[in-house]
Amino acid sequence: MAIVIEAEGLTKRFGGTQALAGVDISAESGQVLALLGPNGAGKTTIVRVLSTLLKPDSGRASICGYDVESEAVQVRQLIALTGQYASVDDELTGTENLIMISRLLGLSRAASRARAPEMLERFDLADAASRAVKTYSGGMRRRLDLAASLLGEPEVLFLDEPTTGLDPRGRSQMWDTIREVLAGGATVLLTTQYLEEADELADKIAVIDHGNVVASGTPTELKARVGSQTLQVRAADRTYTPQVADAVAMVAGTRPDVSADSGLVTTAISDPAMLPAIVRLLDDLGIVAAELALRLPSLDEVFLTLTGHMAEDAEAELTTPDGRAA
Amino acid sequence: MTSQVADAYARQIPAHASPAGRPGREVRRRIGVGQALANALTLAWRNVIQLKHSPEKLMDVTLMPIVFLVLFLYVFGGVVAGSTHAYLELLLPGLVGQMAIFASMGLGTALCEDIHKGVFDRFRSLPVARSAPLLGAVLGDTVRFCVVMAVLTAFGSALGFRFHTSPLAIIGAYGLAYVFYLAMCWVSVLIGLVAPSPETVQGISFIWTMPLVFGSSVLLSNTSTMPGWLQAWVKVNPVTDLADSVRALTIGGPVGTHVLYTLAWAAGIVIVTFPLAMRMYRRRV
Repeated sequence: MAIVIEAEGLTKRFGGTQALAGVDISAESGQVLALLGPNGAGKTTIVRVLSTLLKPDSGRASICGYDVESEAVQVRQLIALTGQYASVDDELTGTENLIMISRLLGLSRAASRARAPEMLERFDLADAASRAVKTYSGGMRRRLDLAASLLGEPEVLFLDEPTTGLDPRGRSQMWDTIREVLAGGATVLLTTQYLEEADELADKIAVIDHGNVVASGTPTELKARVGSQTLQVRAADRTYTPQVADAVAMVAGTRPDVSADSGLVTTAISDPAMLPAIVRLLDDLGIVAAELALRLPSLDEVFLTLTGHMAEDAEAELTTPDGRAA
Repeated sequence: MTSQVADAYARQIPAHASPAGRPGREVRRRIGVGQALANALTLAWRNVIQLKHSPEKLMDVTLMPIVFLVLFLYVFGGVVAGSTHAYLELLLPGLVGQMAIFASMGLGTALCEDIHKGVFDRFRSLPVARSAPLLGAVLGDTVRFCVVMAVLTAFGSALGFRFHTSPLAIIGAYGLAYVFYLAMCWVSVLIGLVAPSPETVQGISFIWTMPLVFGSSVLLSNTSTMPGWLQAWVKVNPVTDLADSVRALTIGGPVGTHVLYTLAWAAGIVIVTFPLAMRMYRRRV
């Protein structure tokens, strides 16, 4: 397969902060690559470099073989950017936003006017077509942003935190919309803070921390390293906590973490069938569980496993010299 | 551990990967002048649509000429020209020059807001000419010029102002004010790009426009009572040339070299501020 997105040794420094410390990523044609990491890890900076908005201090990057610095004009014809802060015009209506972008992409006036309602229909915005975007909900804005990005039928689509700030319903709607878009076959670079989102949408995940790629692979490979799910058990009677830990260790094959304060026994397991096995074992032992849960590992746990430290959030928040989030 | 993982990852990228993956579609190598102009007009259309949706943004250019005309006319009229009617003939053409400058000041604020909102990021990731967003903003702002001049002229006529020259000369007068206005727009753009926040743009703009607008022949054509240093300033101030040109072209009198000086100043301002604005734009956005 042809390499469509490629970056080698990208570095970028904003004042005293090393935003990118030598990033290498690549994605093949039609692939969905997710950059997974906490706020300020450098994900958006990578997107800004690849979309020609920011020059790296060193390293090189290309889109479809065109260099993002020396061949920016060509690159801009092949990409579309859907921003973290939905970059549609607040004061224009949905229709006007789409007509403006179509015209800027070089479509004729007639073609632009014809295309706008089609796209609004496709992205479930037909009812809001003639309302100013400032009256839209967060999810509607993201969908309009995505619609605008697809007007030029890009080879490469950048989705920068497409669901950050959306409620769970808005998020799952957005995922459905993105899946439809992915079916069209574009190569996609997605940034996200949610493992679940990367898992849902991506073919390949690169975990970003402090401007470095600290791990990469398919979602299955990464989850295998982390343990695909987390099992939590707590005995109703705390005095049985050691027995619970023993039971979990017997089934899972590794010693679980035991919280002395809460009596919560936690371990990563790779086989969901272990849950009923533990239930049976606890039942045989006559221990009543007050809490028994199986859940996906959180980003914190992924980070803890892959980097040996917790994902730090506010501390690493980066801003460009003029104060915007990077 | 971190670097080991990164190294392992780096090895996954084949060394021969680079020029592959060229798409089947046609990819242009540069953006032509025609397309740059079309882009600028589209973005100018955007600014006009914004004004259509929120006409309150035109409040300043609607009220300013009325307030200024009434205040100056009735405060200074009797003293400067003996009667308000005589002063109106002198004042209105002067205010055409003054309003051309004041109307250009709103652009910097609007531009600064656009940059902060991230709308410009999208424009810059599109295959549009580099200069199109700025050029579009300046062209779109023409609406404000038209409003300020229409209100000023209509209100002045209601108070008794009459043109004494040919329609061609009158068109020339407003055309000259428009040319100077476009030049001043680039100064406003530059301030909008340099200012740290939209709120500071107005403050900065006022400081430099005040001596330019009031240290001129806008309010009076006789400068003989001014101290020597101020007379010298008034004489070199391009706003004096603009006001005197508009006066000659609307109420009659010798045009002299004022029109040429005004055009030369406008050209000079653009030659200096346009490249500076483009440079700041590349650096800032």
